[in-house]
Amino acid sequence: MRDHKFTYFLHEGFSNMFSHGFMSFAAIGITVACLLIMGTFTLVAVNADANLKDMESENEILAFVDDSCTPEETQAIQEELRAIDNVTSVEYISREDAAKSFEEQYPDEEMFQDLDPEIFRDRYAIHIADLRQISETKTAIEAVPGVADTRAEEQIAGGFITLRNVATVVCVALILILFMVSIFIISNTIKLTTFDRREEIAIMRMVGATNGFIRWPFVYEGFMIGVLGAAIAFFLQWALYEAVCQGVAANDSLQLIRMVEFSELWKPVAAAFAGAGVVVGVGGSLSAIRKFLQV
Amino acid sequence: MIRLKDVEMEYENGTEAIRGISLDIADGEFVFLVGPSGSGKSTLIKLLTGEVIPSSGRIMVNGFAVSTISGRQLPMMRRTLGVIFQDFRLIGKKTVYDNLSFVMRAVGASSKEIQKRIPYVLDLVGLKDKSRDYPDELSGGEQQRVAIARALVNNPSTIIADEPTGNLDPDRSLELMSLLVRINQLGTTVVVVTHEKDLVNRFGKRVVTLEHGQIISDQVGGYVGGNIHA
Repeated sequence: MRDHKFTYFLHEGFSNMFSHGFMSFAAIGITVACLLIMGTFTLVAVNADANLKDMESENEILAFVDDSCTPEETQAIQEELRAIDNVTSVEYISREDAAKSFEEQYPDEEMFQDLDPEIFRDRYAIHIADLRQISETKTAIEAVPGVADTRAEEQIAGGFITLRNVATVVCVALILILFMVSIFIISNTIKLTTFDRREEIAIMRMVGATNGFIRWPFVYEGFMIGVLGAAIAFFLQWALYEAVCQGVAANDSLQLIRMVEFSELWKPVAAAFAGAGVVVGVGGSLSAIRKFLQV
Repeated sequence: MIRLKDVEMEYENGTEAIRGISLDIADGEFVFLVGPSGSGKSTLIKLLTGEVIPSSGRIMVNGFAVSTISGRQLPMMRRTLGVIFQDFRLIGKKTVYDNLSFVMRAVGASSKEIQKRIPYVLDLVGLKDKSRDYPDELSGGEQQRVAIARALVNNPSTIIADEPTGNLDPDRSLELMSLLVRINQLGTTVVVVTHEKDLVNRFGKRVVTLEHGQIISDQVGGYVGGNIHA
């Protein structure tokens, strides 16, 4: 493409965007709305996933030390537990600490106060990386000499796994549906802008303009609409997210929810918005103009 | 040069618009194409501009075989034509100058060529001072002259005018037809579709009459048949 054509296409795309202000405004507005809906939903999914991961990480296996073990043997068990695959951390809890923790769990139950620590066992609280391997990890822990017994909430772990799987499938499906709906809406909006200019296109064809020459300004225009829509949507999304974060932080009943910082998310959000904006803008333009280039 | 050989055109709905037309128009000729509504004039123009493809027969336009033309060659063929429409078909959001520069850009002209050519063409059609005006600021006659300028600006070898005087009063019609004759005298082939019998007779040019998709008369000197029913 010659330079003067490039600048011409760019100029045409830009001036078309302004000269058909209302339709451009509509296309940008719809791009922003679609990206915001998709972005908001994705960010909700990301936060839900992060919170689920946090909850998963709190799920632990308790390994009880045999009463006959000496302090040295008990210490040695810790090293062996750490060496097991899938184990991320091993924390020693003495029987005294266990008794104290138990009493703290039931502060109003007189019967559970002032217990003799001897009725408890020394234990290790073990956190694992992948909850799906909880059974295998539990078996490996039980095989360590000096481990008398183990306790793992396998059903709760199974529940988390199912929840995450379902959430992932639902999120991906909804995001895909929203993306397709966005492309459809945006492409139809751009089709309206193209329809508005069918006379221009007919004249260009009649004087011998090639399809490429007719198409390029629309591609540039679609690109600019997409990028502009993505930029506006990004800043709105940012503001919205920060507002939600502040709202969650200020609400006592939502203290359990951890919001992922936007500083951790802005790069993928910006890239996804820019990519989606360009794809729907350029794709919408190309699909819209196709029917006018057939004769 | 335009040559049609045994051209037939039947639309998908079964309408036979053109029935076995053969016609030659030499380079530099001025031809009036006349006939009543439904006689096939508009289809003939569409065949010449490549908007429709004939059901059978051959069409050559300025060295291009339009009846078998490829999508890639079609724009090249159209660059040899300048088309003028009854309803002007100017772009209202562009000035007169931009309406012209836009079609020059469309065929790859440089800014330098555009700056040189447009004042010349606007001068030719008598609109030198109107280059910054928008179409709706011009009279009907002036708008049609802009349409002629647009048809001329890429220096085509053939001008095809489809009812160019349909929206003009008699004085403006005469003025416009005189302009087309002048353009023809500069060497451009001109084909004018019209209903205006008086105007046709006034210029004494070749007149091809169509009826029911066939040529019923082809003679020089004016329209000598009955009334042309629009």
